[in-house]
Amino acid sequence: MTPPTATTPEELASATAARSSNLSEALQAWWVGVRAGQLGNLPIIVGLLAITVIFTSLNERFLSSVNFVNLVVQVAPLAVIAMGVTFVLIIAEVDLSVGYLSGVAMVVLGRLLGEQAWPTWAAIVAVLVIGAIAGFVQGWLVAKVGLPSLIVTLAGLVGFNGLVLILIGGRGTVVIQDQVIIDITNRYLPALVGYALVVVAALAYGAVKLARRRRRAASGLGTDPVNLVVLRVVGLVVVGAGAVYFASLSRGMPLVAVLLIVLLAGLTVLLFRTGIGRHLFAVGGNPEAARRAGIGLVRTRITAFMISGTMAAMGGIVFASRLRSVDTGAGGGQIELNAIAAAVIGGTSLFGGRGTISAALLGAFVIMGVDNGMGLLGLSSGFKFVVTAIVLLAAVLVDSVARRGQKRSGLA
Amino acid sequence: MSKRFGAVQALQGVDLALRPGEVVALVGDNGAGKSTLIKGIAGIHPFDEGETHFDGQAVAIHGPHDAAVLGIEIVYQDLALADNLDVVENMFLGRERTNRFGLLVEEDMEREAADTMTGLAVTTLSSVRQKVAGLSGGQRQTVAVGKAVMWNSKVVILDEPTAALGVAQTRQVLDLVARLGEQGLAVLLVSHNLHDVFEVADRIVVLRLGQLVGDLDASQVNQQQVVEAITAGTLTSVPDMALHATGPGLDSDDDDPGTSGEEHA
Repeated sequence: MTPPTATTPEELASATAARSSNLSEALQAWWVGVRAGQLGNLPIIVGLLAITVIFTSLNERFLSSVNFVNLVVQVAPLAVIAMGVTFVLIIAEVDLSVGYLSGVAMVVLGRLLGEQAWPTWAAIVAVLVIGAIAGFVQGWLVAKVGLPSLIVTLAGLVGFNGLVLILIGGRGTVVIQDQVIIDITNRYLPALVGYALVVVAALAYGAVKLARRRRRAASGLGTDPVNLVVLRVVGLVVVGAGAVYFASLSRGMPLVAVLLIVLLAGLTVLLFRTGIGRHLFAVGGNPEAARRAGIGLVRTRITAFMISGTMAAMGGIVFASRLRSVDTGAGGGQIELNAIAAAVIGGTSLFGGRGTISAALLGAFVIMGVDNGMGLLGLSSGFKFVVTAIVLLAAVLVDSVARRGQKRSGLA
Repeated sequence: MSKRFGAVQALQGVDLALRPGEVVALVGDNGAGKSTLIKGIAGIHPFDEGETHFDGQAVAIHGPHDAAVLGIEIVYQDLALADNLDVVENMFLGRERTNRFGLLVEEDMEREAADTMTGLAVTTLSSVRQKVAGLSGGQRQTVAVGKAVMWNSKVVILDEPTAALGVAQTRQVLDLVARLGEQGLAVLLVSHNLHDVFEVADRIVVLRLGQLVGDLDASQVNQQQVVEAITAGTLTSVPDMALHATGPGLDSDDDDPGTSGEEHA
């Protein structure tokens, strides 16, 4: 690769913002961006690889297919919740209530399915609606009444914890017996179905990219080189098929992996391809500019909290599926802090205006990867927490250094 | 127009007319009510009393959206751009174009933004997909102006557009302001810098302590006279005393006959 020549802020900015006409130019532009501090998901992928290498060298079972399948199932609830929290972080607020809100969702789900004998779909819808309402109320208190989100959702954390205990009451545990719910994390895709889904997803992605390319060309705008699109599709197929193959060496890909991919794609579209997503970023980046542009600040902020609440409830459903029973500890274990940590490790800013869904997913893999690896080594929770803390600090440090680089290069 | 913030009477009986193709400068000391006046026109702090006419029609502006629908755009002193968004995203903020599935139509927006910026031809922007965070002061000002003129706007209000700029960038922005007037827009330029004002303005309106104390033809007066109006212009009423006191003002609330008021507030 030829060394990048761009040095002044203007050159850097144009080099990274303009579309490259061919593959090598695209690679070069990407490298210029990385050097200027536009790291994207690079640090977290490097981090994941480092975690894999370190834990595998300490205990080779870490990189076994059995453990990989376990890890996917362990990551799922946290990843779902972290994706939701990302929306609140983007508008420069925080949501500490998601952990116990997911606990409330678990208990309600268990009781609706068990004692009330509701049909599965109705119970799922009811739980998601409860999450949305909880988000609405908290969002309303923050956006309309003007209370700090830290306090409102801290009250939510304490209150929902109480609600879990009240709803469990004298039952001790609520057992989940609904097969559909259990299947979410306990049913595995046959390898062939897995490959087929990977190919379909990659082709759909490619089709979307090519359609966009055609529209851009029709509007006389610069386009990504075709072979870059092809490269991405092939890359998706290789990574996806590799994961399916690896999982199939043991039980296979759990059903919940499909849910994660669907959420990743759907929420990414919501965040980056719709007006709502654009407004969330604007409100997080410069609320005054958003207000003057006629964006409803209250409505936008409440939307973020509702998405967070709904996703917390969905995370609770996945949790219930994994645990198969709900007890008084439901929603505990610092889920909310882990969810925020996951998003931040992935590069979502606590100061608002910046964040991606993929960051939340990858960040959840880092958090649970450390947890899982330390567990395999037989280390206590104390060590897990300390190592997680170090990983979190390291991630934020890398991000802050990269950010400084971007500032210097005039990119942020 | 009148505007009160609690006990503070920020604007009192101000009458202002803007006409197509004319650059009007709004000057006054700090606290004279310049910002309040333009925020009222923009619908951010609607007026308490008074009428607004647009193209001869009485209109009511209750929010930024109402103003935008009429074709009134403001370029703010602090620019009101979101640093974390790129140029296109900022220019279409709050007015994103979407297809029938609610998805953003980036191609149209990027095309239009690029064309607008090319049309202004002031600053060299390497790409409209650059984040605003990476732009210089002059480039940001251009983006803000581009955002204002892109919407077939009829009235463009610029709040201190050159306040934070260097010599060369100020030059570019003033050229841009003059060009907006030539293109038939009604331009209201709020500025502290009388040098800038005399360079581009056709008419100079002076505010003092929330009242209009001068409506001057820029070619007929000199800087000294404008400074006098800013610091010692005759008030129709003394703010600390009875509100109904009258005096020999340079301009009162009566209409300006013989003009087709574009924005008549």
